Amino acid sequence: MKVAYWPGCVSRGFTPELHGSMAKVAPLLDIELVELDRASCCGAGVIAEHNQELADTLNARTFAMAQQVDGAELMMNICSTCQGAQSECQERLDANASYRAHVNETLSAEGLSYQKGLTNKNFLWLLVEEIGLDELRLKVKRPLTNLKVGPFYGCYIVRPRERLGIDSDHPRDHYLDQVIDALGGTVIEYAGMRKCCGFPIITMNKEASLKQAGRHLGDAVDADADCLVTPCPLCHLNLDLQQPLAEKVVGRQLEMPVLHLPQLVGLALGLEPKELGLNRHVVRPSSVIDWSTSVVGAAA
Amino acid sequence: MAELHDRPPEQFTLRMRRYDPESGEAPYWDEHTIELEPHRSVLEAILQARERFDGSIGIRCSCRQAICGSCGVRVNGEPALACHTHLDAAQRSAREGVIEIEPMGNMPVLKDLIVDMDAVHWKKIQRVTPWLLAKQPVPEREYLVPRESMVDVTQTMACIQCGACVSDCLAMEVDPGFIGPAALAKAYRFVGDPRDDQHDIRLRDLAEDPQGIYDCTHCFKCVEACPKDVNPMGQIMRLRRIAGSDEHIVDQNNGYRHEHAFVKNIRRNGLLHEADLVPDSYGGKLHPRAVPELIAGMPTAIRGLLRGKMTLAKILLHPHKAPKPVRKYFDEIDSKPERYELNLYVSGYDEDDAEHAPVVAAADATTSAPGPEGSASQ
Repeated sequence: MKVAYWPGCVSRGFTPELHGSMAKVAPLLDIELVELDRASCCGAGVIAEHNQELADTLNARTFAMAQQVDGAELMMNICSTCQGAQSECQERLDANASYRAHVNETLSAEGLSYQKGLTNKNFLWLLVEEIGLDELRLKVKRPLTNLKVGPFYGCYIVRPRERLGIDSDHPRDHYLDQVIDALGGTVIEYAGMRKCCGFPIITMNKEASLKQAGRHLGDAVDADADCLVTPCPLCHLNLDLQQPLAEKVVGRQLEMPVLHLPQLVGLALGLEPKELGLNRHVVRPSSVIDWSTSVVGAAA
Repeated sequence: MAELHDRPPEQFTLRMRRYDPESGEAPYWDEHTIELEPHRSVLEAILQARERFDGSIGIRCSCRQAICGSCGVRVNGEPALACHTHLDAAQRSAREGVIEIEPMGNMPVLKDLIVDMDAVHWKKIQRVTPWLLAKQPVPEREYLVPRESMVDVTQTMACIQCGACVSDCLAMEVDPGFIGPAALAKAYRFVGDPRDDQHDIRLRDLAEDPQGIYDCTHCFKCVEACPKDVNPMGQIMRLRRIAGSDEHIVDQNNGYRHEHAFVKNIRRNGLLHEADLVPDSYGGKLHPRAVPELIAGMPTAIRGLLRGKMTLAKILLHPHKAPKPVRKYFDEIDSKPERYELNLYVSGYDEDDAEHAPVVAAADATTSAPGPEGSASQ
C-alpha cells in the first residue's frame, strides 16, 4: 500500500535509527512510503500551547499535502506525539466547517486546502488495521521466541480515547501487545506501560521527569522484561538517551534496552540488528541481540 | 431505554480493596458477588455488598447521580465516579470477569474506598485562591460582563470536585507538591473571569511556582479521568498561553523560555533542531542558566555522539530550513491582535451536512465560530 509518510522531526534528528529502520521495514511489508518532505513540525503540543490557530494551520498544511499524494490510501506517522498532536488539531478542523475554511484561507497562499476526513495512522495502527496481525505473522522469518518485551505506549497514542478512536472494535491501547505476540515474543505487563515518560517537562523539572522514566524502567526490570518497545521517539529519548541520568535519580541500575517499533518488527522480519540501527542506542540491546552472531534472542 | 431497563438482574463479582488503619493490618482484597440489573451503577453494587455481606465496607456517597462528586474510586484501574459507571460497562473492562474497585490514588486512604480529600485535593484547591478578587469599585448592582466571557469559563465551572483527575495525575505521582489538574482548572475559572482583578498576580504566582503550571507533563490522564469533560489539562495550557503570550511572564522554571525557544526553532527550521532547543530553553548557549545545564548534559551528548545518534555536523549546522510560507504563517498568525481559538466544549461539533454550509455564514461567536480568545475559545 502507498502512504503519505510523515516521519516527524525527532526520527530525523536525535533518533535517526527510527527513520532508518522504518525505511528498511516498509518494503518487507509492501508499504510504499511517499515522504512529506516539505511538511513542518506538528508542534508536539507546544505550539498549540503557544497559539492554537498556528498549530492547526501547520498541521492542516501537512494534511493537505498528504491529500495531494497521488494514490496514497492514508497518511502514516511513526511518532506517537505527532499522532496525538495532529489528532487534536484534526478534531477541531473536522468539527467545524467555518474554522476549517478560516484555516484553509491562510493555506490558500500556497494553493493548499485541507478537506475534512483525512485518515492519519501511526505505524502501529497501520500494522494491525491495514496489514493485519495474520499477515504480519506470515511474514515473520525470525520469531522473537523467548524474548520478553514490555510495551511502552506512553501518553499521546492512548489518551484521550475518544479522539484517538479507541473502542472495543479498535483496542488501539493494546495493539503493541498484539504486535509483540504476533512477532513471537512474550508480552510483559508492568505498571508504567501507559504512563508518561517524563519528556515534556525535562527542561522544567528534570528531577520529576527522570523519576518518571526511571520508575517505569524499574517496573519493567522488576517484571523481568528483556527490553521495551515504544512507538514514540520522544519517549525513547527519555527512556534510552537519558537512562544513565534516570538511574541516578531513582538510585538503581536499570540497563533496560528500549527499541523503536520498526526495529522490533524488522528483527522479526529477518533484518540484521545493525541495519536497524540497534547499535545506536545508549543502552546496548545485548539482552535482545547476540552481537557475536547478530541474531535475536541472547536471552533465549 | 425501556429495553435497557427491562434487562433482568445479573450476578457481578466485585473485588474491593479494603483497609482499616485502626486494625493495624495491611490492605487486602475482598470479593463479593451481588445481583443487579446491568444498567445499575457500581455504587449500587458496592452498597448492596455492604447491605448484604459486610456492613463495615467504607464508601463515601451522597447524591448518587454524578452531581455531588463524593463517590470517586478506581474501577478496573481507572478513576471514575462509582455512581456514574454502569455495571455492564465495568464488566466489559474487567479482568477475568471480576470488577476491581480501589480507592483513588495520590491521596491517603482513610478507610477502604474513602480517601483523605482534605489532605490533598482541598488543600490544593485552597492554594489557588478559589474565589473572586473583585475589581473595584464594586458596582452597586450586579457586574455587567459580556455573555461570551462567562460562557468561556463554564467548562471549568462544570467541575464537581470529585478528585478523579487528582487521583491519576502522573505528574503528582512523582511530584506530590504539583498543584495539580483540579486546582489549576479552578484557577482558570478566575483568570478567565473579567470581574476578577488579579489575573496577572494569579498567573505570575502559578508560573513562578516550580510545582505550578509548568509542572504538568501533558499526559492527558486528567482529560480522560474527568466525568464532567472539564479538560483540566486544556485549562492548564490556556493558563500557560495567557501567562506567556499575554502577560510575558518569564518564569524561573524555563516554561516561557522553552515554549518560545520551541516556537522560534520551528519558525526557523521547519523541523525541530534539538541541539538548539536545549540551550535556548535555558535562555541561550551563554545564558547563566544554560551553562550549568549544558555542562551537566555533556555526558549525555557525548554518549549520543559516540553512538552515532547525533553528529557534530548535525549539531552545529541546521540541515533543515522552514519554507517561506511556513515562516509567513508564524509571523502573520502570531501578530494578530487577538488569538483565534476554538473550544469544542462550547462550540460543539458540526452536523454532518454542515460541510456544505456556506462558509461566510459563520455562526454566532458564542456558539460555533472561531472567535477571539475570551469568547468562544479554548
